[in-house]
Amino acid sequence: MDYIGIDIGSTCAKVVVMDEDEKIRHQSVQPTGWSSVDTADIIKNMLLEKGISPENGKVVATGYGRVSVPYADKTVTEITCHARGAVWLYEKKNMAVIDIGGQDTKIIILENGMVRDFAMNDKCSAGTGRFLEIMANTMALKPDALCELARKGKDVKISSMCTVFAESEVISLIGQGEKKENIAFAVVNSIADKVASQCSKMNMSSEEVFLTGGLCECSYLREVLEEKLGKPVLTKPECRYAGAIGAALCSRNI
Amino acid sequence: MIQLPENFETYAEARKAGFLRMKELKESGRRVVGIFCSFVPTELIEAAGGTAAPLCATSEEPIPAAEADLPKNLCPLIKASYGFALTDTCPYFYFSDFIVGETTCDGKKKMFELMNDIKETYVMQLPARRDEAALDAWEKEVVRFWKKLEDFYGITITEEDVKKAIRLKNREREVMLRFLELGKLNPAPISGYEMGTRLDGLGFNPDIEERCRIIEARTEEVKKDWEENYKGKPSRRPRILITGCPNSGIREKTIKVIEELGADVVAFDCCNGTREKVEKVDENLPVTRALAKKYLNINCSVMSPNETRMEYISNMIDEYQVDGVLELILCACHTYSIEAYNVKKTAMAKNVPYLMIETDYSKADSGQINTRLEAFLETISQFK
Ligand code: SF4
Ligand code: SF4
Repeated sequence: MDYIGIDIGSTCAKVVVMDEDEKIRHQSVQPTGWSSVDTADIIKNMLLEKGISPENGKVVATGYGRVSVPYADKTVTEITCHARGAVWLYEKKNMAVIDIGGQDTKIIILENGMVRDFAMNDKCSAGTGRFLEIMANTMALKPDALCELARKGKDVKISSMCTVFAESEVISLIGQGEKKENIAFAVVNSIADKVASQCSKMNMSSEEVFLTGGLCECSYLREVLEEKLGKPVLTKPECRYAGAIGAALCSRNI
Repeated sequence: MIQLPENFETYAEARKAGFLRMKELKESGRRVVGIFCSFVPTELIEAAGGTAAPLCATSEEPIPAAEADLPKNLCPLIKASYGFALTDTCPYFYFSDFIVGETTCDGKKKMFELMNDIKETYVMQLPARRDEAALDAWEKEVVRFWKKLEDFYGITITEEDVKKAIRLKNREREVMLRFLELGKLNPAPISGYEMGTRLDGLGFNPDIEERCRIIEARTEEVKKDWEENYKGKPSRRPRILITGCPNSGIREKTIKVIEELGADVVAFDCCNGTREKVEKVDENLPVTRALAKKYLNINCSVMSPNETRMEYISNMIDEYQVDGVLELILCACHTYSIEAYNVKKTAMAKNVPYLMIETDYSKADSGQINTRLEAFLETISQFK
């Protein structure tokens, strides 16, 4: 039996297929594009080509496009899926999970492997992947390049928490001839500040914090977060699949 | 999921039917006083031969108009209430002879100052504490309001009139409480969405006796249905306690949705729930003292401190066998959002998952709210 987890986020769609022994048989990522329905179709064809049949397996869809997967047996929210994915990835039962996604940021507190509490950012894209993307665009950079550049910067601060105002701040910094790396530094620190302030509202009693979601590959962001939270922030390359892994695990309970 | 009865009157329908009755009533010479909040001793209005018209606004329509005078960053209930008055689009406001406000939260009490330019708005000075001095001061306000009604209408309100009104309102509280306590039954016998909508809708019916009859009949009907069809059949649907700000304006996108997602809303700690109903006016005390005491004890977050609300929530969790506490906060409501910290602690101490949703009357955040509610139910089901 194939256990298929599909995580359709606002920017990327992730697929993970697990076998009976919870081993990952397949994982892949692709841009979500304009329509989640089309994306779900493309995923289905791709799986069929690999000899994996969604019809014969169990499928759980998660993420913001979870309702657009007609062949899913069940939908489960990102909160539960990221939580289960993180428990599987880190083999820990007590931890805080921070998922910085394309559209929203989630903080999940796990106790004994169960979600004890969670928070999602409101209506606003500050502190999310979208924020990074917009700023990178303004600076004519790729998001990962911005992250790497940020490491070399210093001193500059963006004070506005609102994406629209922050963008004009970035534009005026560019206008003033501020060094690119310093602006990049300000952008990444602004994301970390916003995330840390959300964390401060939660009871993070656990020692470790795990980073999942699209931005976990930005190593500088991880370091800054570590500093601001005063706790080790761990991540793994597979972390961007945490939601899909969790979904695949959830499909075992159907 | 529990179905709504076929003859179910939506809030909008109840409101509309209420308008027509109010118009007739007004034409027949009945006095109408507009009120905003559960702290107003409506017994006095009743004793003055009047009807208290609920003006708490729940629609986003008049908000843009209100924002011409008021800050954007203000609770939607206050903005909508003022907006209706400003645009003269609320018949209840229109039919009111005057308005009674009270010094509850800062937003409301400052808004009342502006509202007074549109229609006379009489403000009762509500103390924020619950001690002897506060009770004395509040009793004086009750007396002052009594006098105000007499002066405004040129009438005399006798103690007997007030006693009669107290008995009538106490009976109403009893009837409403019995209806709301249907939520203690397990499995839940009635949807929380229906309970809330019905009680709000009834507020528009000016005849208290008739309100009681309608609710008594529905209570009996639901009980009978439960005995016959639900009793003894365990349900896996999580039981939710609603707490926080007045929720009439956000009921569709929260309470209705969480029930559609598979939960039963069984308990309401809010001013349109059991909060005002649990304590009756003591019929053995001198009337003004009795009224003052009852109303000062309402567990609203504008009171400081307000531990009694935490005790109440904690008891409700047991009595209604609650699996999750959902706190609904209207954007920019400081008193409730600060107190949410204690509510969360109270729920966590009972090992009951807690979720707070802060929202306004717009539909923009419905998608995110759905995800949160779904995730909340998934969280609860891990513990069940
Ligand atoms: S929440 Fe408090 S202040 Fe607001 S309407 Fe209800 S009783 Fe009045
Ligand atoms: S919800 Fe809060 S801010 Fe709004 S009127 Fe009631 S107490 Fe005031």
